[in-house]
Amino acid sequence: MDFLRPASWEEALAAKAEHPTAVPIAGGTDVMVEINFDHRRPEYLLDLNRVGDLTEWEVGEDTVRLGASVPYTRIMESLRGELPGLALASHTVASPQIRNRGGVGGNLGTASPAGDAHPALLAAGAEVEVESVRGSRLIPIDAFYTGVKRNALAADELIRAVHIKKADGPQQYSKVGTRNAMVIAVCAFGLALHPGTRTVRTGIGSAAPTPVRAKAAEEFLNAALDEGGFWDSGKIITPSAAKQFADLCAASCNPIDDVRGTASYRRHAVGIMARRTLTWAWESYRGTAATTEGAA
Amino acid sequence: MRVNFTVNGRPQEADDVWEGESLLYVLRERLGLPGSKNACEQGECGSCTVRLDGVPVCSCLVAAGQAEGREVVTVEGLADYAKHRSCGSSRGTSLQEAQDWAAKGHDSQTGEGSELAPIQQAFIDAGAVQCGFCTPGLLVAADEMLERNPNPSDADIREALSGNLCRCTGYEKIMDAVRLAAARQGEAV
Repeated sequence: MDFLRPASWEEALAAKAEHPTAVPIAGGTDVMVEINFDHRRPEYLLDLNRVGDLTEWEVGEDTVRLGASVPYTRIMESLRGELPGLALASHTVASPQIRNRGGVGGNLGTASPAGDAHPALLAAGAEVEVESVRGSRLIPIDAFYTGVKRNALAADELIRAVHIKKADGPQQYSKVGTRNAMVIAVCAFGLALHPGTRTVRTGIGSAAPTPVRAKAAEEFLNAALDEGGFWDSGKIITPSAAKQFADLCAASCNPIDDVRGTASYRRHAVGIMARRTLTWAWESYRGTAATTEGAA
Repeated sequence: MRVNFTVNGRPQEADDVWEGESLLYVLRERLGLPGSKNACEQGECGSCTVRLDGVPVCSCLVAAGQAEGREVVTVEGLADYAKHRSCGSSRGTSLQEAQDWAAKGHDSQTGEGSELAPIQQAFIDAGAVQCGFCTPGLLVAADEMLERNPNPSDADIREALSGNLCRCTGYEKIMDAVRLAAARQGEAV
């Protein structure tokens, strides 16, 4: 095994081009587990800890450009206003020790369907900035996950940053597990209200081969909210609409039975989380709408 | 490969390190610092917790090469670290201090006679140590929390220690110990 230690992003890209099989390591919270357990013996480890840009973020007008290695702890502490869904998701990641090392770039690189960040990214709307010596490109988050632990990266590409839409409305995140900490999701659900475009977006984790959006549920709810004038009136969402939304979210899952839970439990739980997160987020939207309109 | 880094204030050099080796392995097997414990090797138990440039991490998940040029504090250095923090001086052992050093006998059962960090003393006083395996990780994590948050709520303590598993005491005594350390820290100010 060789340990490659590029001092800059350009050096990292050159190293990855020269050794496409090199395994990038940043927080190490996935890669080191595989090495410790002898599940993986990469020819090259590509250490990204020395590439300082990767731990920085910029808050732009519409998006946050989040460096691939910004630790979850930083996201929780510093980006709760701009990225509330991702901040909530970050808080459910493992333990303080893991959150101090791990970041969204690693979650995307591993592309596990159980990765905690994915539902929040899908719901908020995001693009993954990847780069190689051949150039840079932005991959829409919907096109990023291609299979179980597979993503759209080419062999010579590295994840540099994620461009995440700044929240323009309430966002929620929910995760089912046996404990509050140190737990891999049985399933997870992210929801974001986008009052600017009058749309609702979702993200589901651990209930299909890849993280997915519940597109049919989103379309149903967007139409229902629009037709009923809910965005303007801030009315309570009717229970039948919330139930239909929840059922469609559950139907968009394609889960398996495994040690953490059965497929039918996962479908059921996703439906419950969909209804709850919608209710929490909509209540918060109604609160905000009431304040801004000065209505009682 | 060779790894140069600072451990408990002293520059260290580890040779013949395998590229896939963890920082934990280097500390325990190459530097003779077995305080950080090796249990799950997957970041689940926290018994290998050390501070890397001040930040608590699972040393089993840090590749040895990633520690190059960085500062590590282990449970062995916790008393010194806490002492220098309270004095506000820089850490480490001077050449003179190192040369003057002599082994002193002390009661290893209770730690009497040896210098302990306040959090270590609180763990002893509260009876928060049973088999002791999780203790080093808990001490490092708890000490860091008290540095950041001198007046923690129970929820703060539980969250800060949520990545450290204990299979003996049931956590109540551990909670007591951290509350005790926080109270003593408050009195001292």
